[in-house]
Amino acid sequence: MPDTAKNQSVKTRKMPNYKLRFILLILAALICILVSFGVGRFSLSPYDVFLLLLSPIFPITETWDYAMFSVVFNIRLPRILAAILVGAALSTAGAAYQGMFQNPLVSPDILGASAGAGFGACLAIYLSLGSGMVTIFAFVGGLIAVLIAYLVSRMTKGSATLSMVLAGILVGSLFSASTSYIKLVADTTEQLPEITYWLMGSLAGATMDDVIFAGIIIILGTLPIFLLRWRMNVLTLGEDEAKSMGINTHRLRFVVIVCATLITAVAVSISGIIGWVGLVIPHFCRMLFGYDYRIIIPASIIMGGGFMLLVDDFARTIATTEVPIGILTAFVGAPIFAYLLIMGGKRS
Amino acid sequence: MSVRVNHLSFAYDKHSPLVLNDVSFSVKEGDLLAVLGPNGVGKSTMFRCILGFLNKYDGEILMNDVNIKTLTHKQIAKQVAYIPQSTHPVFNYSVLDVVLMGVTNQVSLLSAPNQAHINQAYAAMESLGIDHLRDAGYGEISGGERQLALIARALVQKAKILIMDEPTANLDYGNQFRVMCRISDLAKEGYIIILSTHNPDHAFLYANRVLMIQGGKVIADGCPDEVLDAKLIKDVYGVDVHIEEFQSNTRHHKLCIPVEGGVGKQR
Repeated sequence: MPDTAKNQSVKTRKMPNYKLRFILLILAALICILVSFGVGRFSLSPYDVFLLLLSPIFPITETWDYAMFSVVFNIRLPRILAAILVGAALSTAGAAYQGMFQNPLVSPDILGASAGAGFGACLAIYLSLGSGMVTIFAFVGGLIAVLIAYLVSRMTKGSATLSMVLAGILVGSLFSASTSYIKLVADTTEQLPEITYWLMGSLAGATMDDVIFAGIIIILGTLPIFLLRWRMNVLTLGEDEAKSMGINTHRLRFVVIVCATLITAVAVSISGIIGWVGLVIPHFCRMLFGYDYRIIIPASIIMGGGFMLLVDDFARTIATTEVPIGILTAFVGAPIFAYLLIMGGKRS
Repeated sequence: MSVRVNHLSFAYDKHSPLVLNDVSFSVKEGDLLAVLGPNGVGKSTMFRCILGFLNKYDGEILMNDVNIKTLTHKQIAKQVAYIPQSTHPVFNYSVLDVVLMGVTNQVSLLSAPNQAHINQAYAAMESLGIDHLRDAGYGEISGGERQLALIARALVQKAKILIMDEPTANLDYGNQFRVMCRISDLAKEGYIIILSTHNPDHAFLYANRVLMIQGGKVIADGCPDEVLDAKLIKDVYGVDVHIEEFQSNTRHHKLCIPVEGGVGKQR
């Protein structure tokens, strides 16, 4: 077959060095972690942070006082772990949902997980149940919302993915309306500010208990997605093509959606509603690493964790009071997304 | 190796009309079957039944004498590969990644293709003349190249029965010719090929069997040179045609030429 001019140019196109990029990504994430321990009202040098972090494992002569130790281990460690977990979970879930729905514009709250979690949290705050129950209610609320969306979509005819997205929008708006109603009837001096603040998203209140609870579920939910990541490529081709290659599409899609929903709900339950991360990070990963889920999933985990950590650092340092992280992710995420749309238009 | 379809009838709903009405035919090794018929007569539905996507039909479909209702998707995929119309992909995978997806059946649930699989993919791409495109974006190559990549993917799947839904739709004249030539080579290598087309000339040029479907029924089945005639095409498409015959160096040809001014009303 005669080569056209276009083929020639394609032939000489060099594949980017994905390995090098991945190593740089890991390094960047590690630097983020080190810096995050240092910045804040009580600032620490990276060298001190480094020694402090190694001190429980290696016998290092103490050059720090108890206050420094306490800032690193009691205040910043849980928050940093929470930021990494939430960022990694939302990005992984976003990447997974985008593949399952064959739509790069899908975000992890597509099936109503965030709206359900928001309602659960508001209900718990309204009933004055305490912060532990807020997390539990939010988690369960998120799961119930997605379950309803799933059941509604099962009763419809036609394209399974389309009806799931529509059912998710439906359930999401229902739970948002319920949240609005609670805000209307809530006590305006105590409960309403707390509800509003929760809905804007923050990691300020993250405790070690939150981190353990979310960490276990996020690891359990991410593992199947991580292991099935090559097959997810095939599913992005669509129902019929994936089936024709021998994939049990219903089972695979079900497993991936359950896992992605689980980690989204638990992330939202400890952080409040944080938009944009789950939508933007997978896109950024595709720009850097191509489209193969074998690399997109690990890259999303690392980049999502690092990005959230960075944004959280800004959230706690740019003003004298905490800025809700959900506001910052939108401020950072929207311009990045605009940039991606403009620059990457021809590749996606 | 064979595919036998016996008295296949299908309706999407209990009360809706039959899309396929008592369709029977069989194909064997080396056959290239062209399925002709107007838009919406059930060609795609029939393919979806044969591929096991639809299973609420009456009648039976036997693949190497085994009823496909007793097989899983995985087992069907070992025997039949599906080559859909090449559409613009949602995610811009490299051509190699797309071809590699054909090995899905050969890798275990939690693993990914290894170097041996990658070599298989290269071999398939080479045999179709698209190996230079392996690192190109699947969304950036031409429609003809995409169609060849999908055929390469089907070869990697190692199924001997290939089902193609209008493989030349949306292709320019040159690409139609190149893609059809590769397909007819595959039939000569012993693959069973079932494809749908809207061009009777493709049946004359490349197929050794033709199946004309109208209103969900088979109205002609046989060798294209014998069963495709002006009357049949007028009946099905409502177009007056003249079937021209000529002799080239290599073989006897028939071609279908619409007669000027003879375009009748389609029913």
